[in-house]
Amino acid sequence: MTSAIELAGVWKFYGDYAAVRDVTLNVEEGSCCALLGRNGAGKTTLLRILAGLSSFERGSAQLFGVSPRQAHAGFLGHGIGVYEDLSARENLHFFARVAEVAQPESIAAEWLERVGLANASDMLVRQFSRGMRQRLALARTFLHTPKILLLDEPFTSLDDRAIAMLSELLVESRRRGATIILSTHQLREAMVIASHVALIENGRLRHAGERTEAMLDDPGLLYRLHA
Amino acid sequence: MKTIRHALLIARKDLALELRTKESLNAAGAFAIVILVLFSFAFEETEQIKEIGGGLLWLVFAFAGALIFNRSFARELPNDCLDTLLASPLSPASLVTGKALANFVMLLAMELISIVIFGIFFNVNWTRHIGELSLVFALGTWGISILGAVFGALTVNLRLRELMLPIIIYPLLVPLLIAAIELTKLLLSNQSMTPNDFLWTKLLIVFDVVFTALAMLLADTILVN
Repeated sequence: MTSAIELAGVWKFYGDYAAVRDVTLNVEEGSCCALLGRNGAGKTTLLRILAGLSSFERGSAQLFGVSPRQAHAGFLGHGIGVYEDLSARENLHFFARVAEVAQPESIAAEWLERVGLANASDMLVRQFSRGMRQRLALARTFLHTPKILLLDEPFTSLDDRAIAMLSELLVESRRRGATIILSTHQLREAMVIASHVALIENGRLRHAGERTEAMLDDPGLLYRLHA
Repeated sequence: MKTIRHALLIARKDLALELRTKESLNAAGAFAIVILVLFSFAFEETEQIKEIGGGLLWLVFAFAGALIFNRSFARELPNDCLDTLLASPLSPASLVTGKALANFVMLLAMELISIVIFGIFFNVNWTRHIGELSLVFALGTWGISILGAVFGALTVNLRLRELMLPIIIYPLLVPLLIAAIELTKLLLSNQSMTPNDFLWTKLLIVFDVVFTALAMLLADTILVN
């Protein structure tokens, strides 16, 4: 297996505070790594570094041998990343064209159908319910079938339907060989999907390895082992 | 080629959003109209108005422009759209250029409204040199737009961005505004251009080229962190 994501000795400072401390992590191609850790542990900062949204002071980060800025991973952060004053169709069409997807109009229509928004495709996003927005955000993230997916707490505040949809999309993405890193506090969902787990605490990587059967049976095990 | 394609995509999206919300154009247009109306009371309708007309117009454009530029990148903040764009294959250079293009179109629309009102209130026939005037407006407006886009990106995450943006860009705009004012004054007075006046045109071109090049080179540094 080749490494899709390689972090070596990465340090990130906010002023004097080290948010990420000497993190070295390899994620194999086609695997799904659940990035665990308590609030403020450094998960979001690490994901932002991998998405090319944040620079770092020391170390190196590569995604498929190129810098994060060149890798163009599919990224879903805390915001849904769509425009309130565009319709669902206009949003997906725009992001499909930005991602240089072939036939952006048909891809946008296909994804609207897939996330159950075909009937609301010409409504402005500002008129959407929370659940509809989240489903649109999922469509926006996955529509260009990225080789790497970086998802920051993707299960947070999703309703049952959206959780099922996200789980299905993640399973499908893994099947086509995509590499996934997702940070989450929803341990049970994460353990079911993940092939690997990484635990980060105070900016330091405390554990990285395969997800074991014991973790699946007891999702909180890793936290207790490193308490 | 990809940069231009993406820049056009951003500009089109921004203009579509603006046409739907009209948040920048309403503010800038209202500001321009009010200022020109007030100027019409402050200054008499004499030949002297042709001398100061260029200055009046470009002051209005520069101040109303700030209202447009403040919204330019701020439009990307709700729902973290800026992060989404930066994580996409879109280059920061194309993002800044696209924003400048959208600013350019919006500012030109506002300028068109302003010059029509100026012509009516001050009884100035600005259509005699419409070709040259259009060139001056286009060059001056692009310079203001690209600078507005660059510093709009730089100040987007600042708490006091509405205050900071004008403070930063106005001193930098001085050479461009002087050149644009001189040329507009000349054209409104129906004088023909002398070789000396072409220096102002060259200054506008150099300003535009230098700041466009700087914007494209520095976009990555400005937008990431």
